[in-house]
Amino acid sequence: MNPEQPFNAELWQALVVFVSAIFTQNILLTYFLGLCSFVGVSNQLKTSMGLGFAVIFVMTSTCAINWVAYHWLLVPMHLEFFRFILFIIIIAAFVQFIEMVIDRYSPVLYQNLGVFLPLITVNCAILGAVLFMVIRNYTFITSIGYGLGSGIGWFLAIMAMAGIRERLAVDRIPKGLQGPGITLFIAGLMALAFIGFTGVLQGR
Amino acid sequence: MAATNLQVKKFAAEGLWGNNPIFRQVLGLCSTLAVTNLVLNTLVMCGALVFTVACSSATVSALRNYTPRNVRMMVETLIIAVYVIIVDILLKAYWPQMSSNLGPYVGLIITNCIVMGRCEACGISNPPVGAFVDGFFNGLGYCYILIIIATFREILGMGTFLGFAVPYFSTPYWDKWIMMVMPPGAFFMLGLVVWFFRTIQIEKEKRK
Repeated sequence: MNPEQPFNAELWQALVVFVSAIFTQNILLTYFLGLCSFVGVSNQLKTSMGLGFAVIFVMTSTCAINWVAYHWLLVPMHLEFFRFILFIIIIAAFVQFIEMVIDRYSPVLYQNLGVFLPLITVNCAILGAVLFMVIRNYTFITSIGYGLGSGIGWFLAIMAMAGIRERLAVDRIPKGLQGPGITLFIAGLMALAFIGFTGVLQGR
Repeated sequence: MAATNLQVKKFAAEGLWGNNPIFRQVLGLCSTLAVTNLVLNTLVMCGALVFTVACSSATVSALRNYTPRNVRMMVETLIIAVYVIIVDILLKAYWPQMSSNLGPYVGLIITNCIVMGRCEACGISNPPVGAFVDGFFNGLGYCYILIIIATFREILGMGTFLGFAVPYFSTPYWDKWIMMVMPPGAFFMLGLVVWFFRTIQIEKEKRK
């Protein structure tokens, strides 16, 4: 952190990054990350909600942990090329750990969230958010804002899609378009709508 | 044990058409769809992906008798990560411009479901040569679809192909579809491609 910069400025930047990660730079609709589970899971509102919450939680925490690991461990040792392995191990270990903790202390939460946690390890959105955070050189607080914002953005997108797809169940769709095809078209329309947010914030 | 000619043909047919990663399995869209706005980016990304899938599948299969079953996911991930790091370092050293164009997407090959899926489905149960061929053709099956998408996006959106101006589309007569190079264009193109190929497949199955 830069000591000359007032604290408020950094918080403000974190807020800007947070809002732009939700709307103008939505991780799913502009960067295509987490598309596999998006297409696969979004046919039910309840499952989407569980997965969405799990993504918000894991993304925020792993962004923070990986920031510390990268800037305090890899950079001083000049091992930056090693980051892919380190990040993926940290994400996997963290998810496993959380799964065990939830299982031990809150069976109800485990029932709702637990099944989605293993899926998250291979969700590209998590690793993607971490890599973006490193490439853009965010500070620690900004990284947390970015992780939280990206998670909420992903959650919003999958919830909207699940809501639309539940209505589609009774519609007559051409056979080749059923399932993934129509989902991609709807995602395209949603991305168009989200472009409307451009210019709301002059964030990065 | 070398794969026979017949086996190679079978793997090729499965990977390129019958079990195509994109319109059949709808896997691994994340990391590569984002770079389809330019054909050149797509070609580089596809090369990286084919290399990673083929090599990591072969390595997983070479180590399959020494890997304990319950930690195999972790081992597979690490093997994939090694190959991705190789690609990343090579790109950074010899083609820094391309490396910064692709940004985080090279690293995201690690979490591309196709790579992991091939290691799980084929690498773990087949000899190395077969796994290599299978990974190679699955990678190719994935690539040609992406190249189709990238070609349409670049020509319609920018009027160029591989950076060269295309006769009609780069002239003022053609109103460039800016939307095509923006994210929604990728979603629409992929949706169309999935629709097109699935319809062909359904028709084929009907005729049988």
